[in-house]
Amino acid sequence: MFELIRANKRNSIILMVAMGACLLLLGYFIGLAFFGPKNGFTGLIIATAVWLVLTLISFSSGDQILLAACKATPVTHDVHPQLFNVVEEMKIAAGLPAMPKIYIINDPAPNAFATGRNPKSASVAVTAGLLGRLNRDELQGVIAHEISHILHRDILFVTLAGIMLGSIVLLSQVFLRSMFYSSMMGSRRRYSAGGRGGGQAQLIMLVIAIIAAILAPIMAYLLYFALSRRREYLADAGAARLTRYPEGLASALEKIANDPAPQLAAVNKVTAPMYIVNPFKKKKAMKLSDLSSTHPPISERVRILRNMTHGASFKDYSDAYSNITKTKTVVPPAALTKEDIALRQASKEAEKKQQLEKQMHQVGDIMRKVNGFIFLTCVCGLKLKVPPNFKSKKVGCPRCKQILDLPDK
Amino acid sequence: MPTLIIVAVVLVLLTAFVIGVYNTLIRLRNQVDNSWSQIDVQLKRRHDLIPNLVETAKGYMQHERGTFEAITQARSQAMGAKTVGDASRAEGALGEALSKFMLVVENYPDLKANQNFLSIQEELTSTENKISFARQNYNDQVLFFNNKIQMFPSSIVANTFNFGKRDFFEIENAAEREVPKVNFS
Repeated sequence: MFELIRANKRNSIILMVAMGACLLLLGYFIGLAFFGPKNGFTGLIIATAVWLVLTLISFSSGDQILLAACKATPVTHDVHPQLFNVVEEMKIAAGLPAMPKIYIINDPAPNAFATGRNPKSASVAVTAGLLGRLNRDELQGVIAHEISHILHRDILFVTLAGIMLGSIVLLSQVFLRSMFYSSMMGSRRRYSAGGRGGGQAQLIMLVIAIIAAILAPIMAYLLYFALSRRREYLADAGAARLTRYPEGLASALEKIANDPAPQLAAVNKVTAPMYIVNPFKKKKAMKLSDLSSTHPPISERVRILRNMTHGASFKDYSDAYSNITKTKTVVPPAALTKEDIALRQASKEAEKKQQLEKQMHQVGDIMRKVNGFIFLTCVCGLKLKVPPNFKSKKVGCPRCKQILDLPDK
Repeated sequence: MPTLIIVAVVLVLLTAFVIGVYNTLIRLRNQVDNSWSQIDVQLKRRHDLIPNLVETAKGYMQHERGTFEAITQARSQAMGAKTVGDASRAEGALGEALSKFMLVVENYPDLKANQNFLSIQEELTSTENKISFARQNYNDQVLFFNNKIQMFPSSIVANTFNFGKRDFFEIENAAEREVPKVNFS
């Protein structure tokens, strides 16, 4: 476990340095193009400043920003006791120092993610759709995957790398757009109007800067995606180890992949790698998807998990991985110590034989609860869902006409 | 003179090594103790839930006096247990009594539909899970700690400072080995 965390930290640092180099190079070239051949360092300083400010913000409140961007609401135990219990079970299994904060995203598309600075102050967010669709074992698998991200220190990496990626994209966009607009306006740029004889060199610098501005974000994306895919596999391995039950996560992933709900509403390219399953629904005829996708194909993840028939240790996952993909393992060799971890049986209540319609009904109820609706059961058995902006203290049952008192908030 | 410097350097390195290993061992031992207390917390929680369960079920199951008595007795025995061995035996018996109770509940559909009962059921299921996960985590930590104090070179430091091996939390009762499935459906 410790070896895995150490290897992960080292990889994070390598990635951060590579992306940092990308950023600085980009800044330097833009500086050359904007401020003249002697002033490349001005660009460098601006790039560093942008990155520094963003990093400071992301360190102090990055998780809050991400959660807000995903429209996640913090919830109490009453809204969904099972979710709270499952998170606490996994917190105990992983030996985390503190209970993660729990958020629900009001969206019918099933998905989940974890964020935070360290295991002491982490957050887990799941969508209402996920809660409605999965049974207890499957929910446990998904939460275990997220807790593994927390345990492996992936959450800080995703936040920091996301911010770095964000600043690279920001810089190159600002540069390219300013190029575009200034050429559209037909104004002569001040640096070429100087007439100091540096016109030729300036033009070359400009071309290099434009190329760098186009290439840098792509490079950064590829770096980011390569490592975030590896982390997904490792989190799957961690989930199997925590729950001792790979089938739970496998069938959860299958359900999420085959879900008919439309794609998550509040999602963008920077937040996408956080989720357990790529929130963007597949567009047809995407060829580059192998290089640029943030998540490994779900069918492959499911097959690997189902191939773990001998035990639930990292070694078992790594063997199953090599079996399925016919490539070298993703698990760092230091984590492959021999562990004897037996699989457990499914809990019997697992079978939730429910129609899709009823599940969607439940999703609606969870979303209403998150939004502060009051749930009342009338003596006649009718369930009332009272919206939070309902003014009166009493409400009449539409079926038996009985007057019911609303509880105080 | 050079030999003196070499001796001094070796001594400093050795001390640093011993301090490092000693601190790691302390950290690991604290982790073992902490995960043990986690099991304790969950066992207490199980004891606290049982009166609620009995109270809710009583109204529906008037003719099952024997089942209630069995649970209540097993609970008080588990709470009174002093040693680890006693505790794990008593907890095993309590788990058995609980799963028997759950089987009986199957005959009372009204009770199974009761909202209050459903929430206690969820809490109880979760507590059983938490107990087994806490035990899983404890055994992981113990394995890690025991490996560390038995393996060279940390074994030297461990022996010098008397770090003793810790025991795994095994379940003595064969019936408990299979985690009691709290199952109402």
